[in-house]
Amino acid sequence: MTMEWTKILIWVAKGGILVNAMLVSAAYMVLAERKIAAWMQNRVGPNRVGPWGLFQSFADVIKLNLKEDVVPAAAHYHFHAMAPIIAIGVAITLYAVIPFGDYVIIGGHTIQLGMAPNMNIALLVILAMTSVAVYGITLAGWSSNSKYSLLGGLRSAAQMISYELSMGLSVVGVVMLSSSLNISEIIRSQTDLQWNLFFQPVGFLLFFISSLAELNRAPFDLPEAEPELVGGYHTEYSGMKFGTLYLAEYANILSASCLMTALFLGGWDVPFLPKLLGLQPGSIELALMQVGSFLTKSFALVFVVIWIRWSLPRFRYDQLMNLGWKILLPIAMVNIALTGIGILLFKH
Amino acid sequence: MSAQKAPTNEMQRLTFWERIYLPEIARGMGLTFKQMFKPTFTRQYPEERWEPEGSYRGRPVLVMEEDGERCVACGLCSRVCPALAIEVRAGETTQEKERYPVLFEINMLRCIYCGFCEEVCPEEAIVMSKDYELVFSSQEEGIFGKEKLLVPVAQLQDRLEFLRQYR
Repeated sequence: MTMEWTKILIWVAKGGILVNAMLVSAAYMVLAERKIAAWMQNRVGPNRVGPWGLFQSFADVIKLNLKEDVVPAAAHYHFHAMAPIIAIGVAITLYAVIPFGDYVIIGGHTIQLGMAPNMNIALLVILAMTSVAVYGITLAGWSSNSKYSLLGGLRSAAQMISYELSMGLSVVGVVMLSSSLNISEIIRSQTDLQWNLFFQPVGFLLFFISSLAELNRAPFDLPEAEPELVGGYHTEYSGMKFGTLYLAEYANILSASCLMTALFLGGWDVPFLPKLLGLQPGSIELALMQVGSFLTKSFALVFVVIWIRWSLPRFRYDQLMNLGWKILLPIAMVNIALTGIGILLFKH
Repeated sequence: MSAQKAPTNEMQRLTFWERIYLPEIARGMGLTFKQMFKPTFTRQYPEERWEPEGSYRGRPVLVMEEDGERCVACGLCSRVCPALAIEVRAGETTQEKERYPVLFEINMLRCIYCGFCEEVCPEEAIVMSKDYELVFSSQEEGIFGKEKLLVPVAQLQDRLEFLRQYR
């Protein structure tokens, strides 16, 4: 009985920590985006709230909560309210299958560092959830009953469906190398700098570009192209509903970065150091190092995503579709074939 | 190069490496990364204020000497003002200049800072100041009367010197 209760308690604690850490880091990514944008444009950025503007995120959240929630008279009220919930729900669900470290033994309990890290179909869950994410955005665009929102929603639907193909196919190489859909297994197959990045550089590039398109990030941010569509699918949103959509967007950036870290950058792998120091698997020191390694790589990728946004101009819509269907998809298929040949030649 | 056909469109003009985008993207990103470590141009406004030169055309003000304003209420400024922002009402005075403005109002919501009033003034009585911080919360507050327009001559030396030098 007590064993059951401690298990449930650990689960609840893990979930609480994960969701809170995710929301806070999403809020701080907004600040990071503004700061990095400012630095790249030789400006200072937000610096009024707290030292170096560090509390700007809290000011933003308080402001969004206090703002009036305007729903257009022509909008479908219930769908309009549902869209942000779907968006943030999908964004949070993705974190359930991402392992941030291996495991840690505290007081005889083996605690996995992730909500469901050893799920054997984790990669499929992620690809499925990213498809569901389209519904949130499309619903937001359609239910607002505004031309800008609808165009944004439609663009996003077309774009996400097109790039899902090359995204799914670019992962196949990784799955072939580790012969598993389990993310923990994929990470274990990359220990000691045998990162998939070095065996699948094309796969990594394809996955990175497709995730930028999936995330509606620059240079593929057509669904919210400010000069043409006002705000895109969230034009008609205000207050915390807008905040939720915005938060979901940044949460998705972080989860995509975590996924890229897990699939291509060795996940929690700390190369060679644990063996030199003689750390036992399951010890707290090793777990901290693993989580630190995972988060450092993830946030480095988040920086790259932000960096790209403030460097590159937006693609035109036909260029976007050409890139997705005529270039990325064939390269992804060739990549799968070459990976198969490579495995035949070198692994057997 | 001369043997080749001249490129007819943008895609033909580009080399192979330019056409696959990635090296050029890396170059562009290198540029933005370098910018992160360059000094910023931001002025921290409420703490650091900008002191304009004498040539700056801020809000128009009336020059005030020890014995009152220079203005003789001729009404030329009001006549020349393209935005019809100035209203002058003249009155008699025992001073040497004989005339003075009983009422002098500039509607700062209409003023376009062209400086025609200053240019047309025969007495150098209305000049553009360095004041660029204009805030009001209602339309009535935007109409400046004599109490706001009169500025001691000592504060306007830069502008008066500039006018004498270049006009």
